Amino acid sequence: MAPPIVSLSDLHFAWPGQAPLLEIASFELAQKERLFLRGPSGSGKSTLLGLIAGVLEASDGGIRVLDNEMTRLSGAKRDQVRADHLGVIFQMFNLVPYLSVVQNVVLPCRFSKRRLKNAQANGGAEAEAKRLLERLGLDDSALQERNVTELSVGQQQRVAAARALIGQPSLVIADEPTSALDADIRDRFIELLSEEATRTGAALLFVSHDSSLAPLFDRAIDLAEINLASKSQRAA
Amino acid sequence: MGVSILGLAWRSLMNRKVSAFLTVFAIALSVALFLGVEKARNAAKSGFDNTISGTELIVGAPSGQINLLLYSVFRLGNATAEISWRAYEELNAREDVAWTVPISLGDSHRGYRVLGTNLGYFDHYKYGQRQPLVMAEGREFDDLFDAVLGAEVAKALGYELETPIVITHGLGAGGLTDHTDRPFRVVGILRPTGTPVDQTIHISLEAMTAIHVGWETGTRSPFADSITEDMVRSFDLTPKTVTAAFVGLKNRSTILRTRRAINTSMSQPLLAIIPAQALAELWQVMGTAERVLLAISAFVIAVGLVSILTSILTSLNERRREMSILRATGARPAHIFTLLVAEAAFLGLIGAILGAVLIQVIFAIAAPILAAQYGIALMGTGPGLEDLYTIGIVTVAALILGVWPALTALRRSLADGLTVKL
Repeated sequence: MAPPIVSLSDLHFAWPGQAPLLEIASFELAQKERLFLRGPSGSGKSTLLGLIAGVLEASDGGIRVLDNEMTRLSGAKRDQVRADHLGVIFQMFNLVPYLSVVQNVVLPCRFSKRRLKNAQANGGAEAEAKRLLERLGLDDSALQERNVTELSVGQQQRVAAARALIGQPSLVIADEPTSALDADIRDRFIELLSEEATRTGAALLFVSHDSSLAPLFDRAIDLAEINLASKSQRAA
Repeated sequence: MGVSILGLAWRSLMNRKVSAFLTVFAIALSVALFLGVEKARNAAKSGFDNTISGTELIVGAPSGQINLLLYSVFRLGNATAEISWRAYEELNAREDVAWTVPISLGDSHRGYRVLGTNLGYFDHYKYGQRQPLVMAEGREFDDLFDAVLGAEVAKALGYELETPIVITHGLGAGGLTDHTDRPFRVVGILRPTGTPVDQTIHISLEAMTAIHVGWETGTRSPFADSITEDMVRSFDLTPKTVTAAFVGLKNRSTILRTRRAINTSMSQPLLAIIPAQALAELWQVMGTAERVLLAISAFVIAVGLVSILTSILTSLNERRREMSILRATGARPAHIFTLLVAEAAFLGLIGAILGAVLIQVIFAIAAPILAAQYGIALMGTGPGLEDLYTIGIVTVAALILGVWPALTALRRSLADGLTVKL
C-alpha cells in the first residue's frame, strides 16, 4: 500500500501564551482519499490545516506530508512543499482581485516548477486552467475573461477549486469552502471538486462544521475525536 | 504564462489607481521642483557668467574686485572713487590695449541707472556668447541730449521713441534734484539681453558732463539756470573723470601682464579686474543661497518619498487577504517582500520620470516667454544626465523605503498563517 499523504504523530500546538489547542496522537490521510474533517468553529481546524500546509510550526511532534518531515524543514522548504503539492481553498475571498479568472487559476504554476511542468504536460498552464474551469462548470469564455470581483460567490469558489487543482497537486485542503453557498450549489460544488480531485489524483481534506456533508466523502472524522487537547479541556 | 512577481506588483498597484496616482503625483511634483531648481540654478549660473563677454579687463579706481564688478557691470552700489580722464587716456593709449569704453555712473531716472559712455559701448559691449547689443527701435545716441534705453526701462516705464525724460541727480526719487533744465529724448531702444543693460539708460559722456554744468557742488547752483543750452553746447564737455572703463586687448594672452601693469605702474593707482574671475568670485558669495534652495528642494523629494511609505503602509491592512492567498498558492516570503518593494520602486520610478517630463514641459512653455519678455536664454535646461541621476536615486530610495512595509507585510503574513482573522 502506498504511504499516506499526510501523517501526524504526537502533534502538539498552542498559540503563544495560550492553552494547548491541538494534541493529536495519530492521524493519517491516504493517497487519493477524500476525507471529511468535522469540527465546530474555534476547534482548531484552520490551525491544523495551517500546520499541514507548513505556514504554522508545531510546538512538538511530527507532521509528515508525502516524504517531507515538515517539522524539520526550514520555512522556505515548507513553502516549497506547499507550492508543489498542496492546493488550498478558503471559505471565501479566495481570489486575487486584480487578476483575471485564468490568471488566478495559473497562479500556483508561478510559484512551483513542478506544477508548471505538470500543467505544461497537459498542454500548457492556460489551456489546463481553462479545461479545469470548464469541468467545474465555468466554460463560458466571456466569464473566464471577467474581473473576478464580478463573479458570484459560487463561481469564485469554483475558480478557487480550479486553482487548487492545477498542476496535479497531491493534496487539496479546503477550509469551509461551501459555508457561503446555497445548499444545491454546495452539493454540486463538492461533487465537482471530488470528481476533479479523483481525476487529477489528488487527495482531498475537506474541513467543515456541517456534518450533513459527511456522506459525500470516503471517510469522515470528528476533530474532537482525535484531538486530545479538546478532550482534556472538556474534562477540566 | 501567468503573471510575474513584478507583473503582480504592477497589477496590484493598478487595482489601487487613485491612491497610486496621488502618490506618483506627489513624487512627480517634488522631482519637478528639484530638477527645476537644479536646472534654473545652472541656467542662472551660465546666464550670470554671460553677463559680460568679450571684455578682457574692467578698470576702475582701487577698491575690491567684486565691488568694481558690481557697480560697473551690475549697476549696483556706488564707486567710492573715480578715475581721472588723464588716467583713462593713458590707459587708452597703451600699446597692448585694442579698445577702451569709458563709463560714467551716478545719476538715475525713476530708479533706473543712467550710464554715460561713448559709441564704442555699442560696438564692444558683448554678453552671452559674444552677442552684441542690438537696437530694437531707433538708433544710437548722436545729439548731446539723446538717450538709448535698455529694453526693460522702455517696457516698464512705457517709453517710446521721442519720449522726453528728465534725469535725476544721484539715485534719489527725483524732485528737487532733477536735471529739469536739460531734458533728454529717447532715440533708441535696445533689444532685451537678460543682463543689467536692460535696466540702463545710456547717454553720451558729454551729456553726462553737460547736465552737471552748474552742479559742481552736488546741487544746482543759483547760476545753473542762467546757463542756456546753447552755452552748454559750446563748452568743452570732455569729462574730468569717469567711473570705470571696459578694456579689450590686442592679444588675449597678455591679459595677466597687462593687468599687473595697470595695477602697478600707472600715474594714478588703478584696479584692473578680469570679469570672468570676478564673476566666479561673486557667484561663490551668492552660491550659498542657491545651495540652500537646492537643499530645500531635496527635502521636498524626501517628503514625496514618505508619501510612498504612507500609501503602501495604509494599504497593507486591506491587503492581508491578498497576501494570504498568495502565500497559500505557494508564494514564499521572498515573493511577498519583492512584491511590496517592487511596488515602492514602481511608484518612485514613475513619479520621477513624470517629474522629469513635467519640468521639461514647464521649461518648454516658459522658455519662449522668458526669452521674448526678458531676454533670458535658459541654457542647459534640456534633458540631461542630472535627470537620469535623479530618477535613479529616487527609484533606489523608494526601493529602500519599500523594505519597511515589505517587512511588515512579511511578518503579518507569517503570523496570519493560511486564514486571516478579519
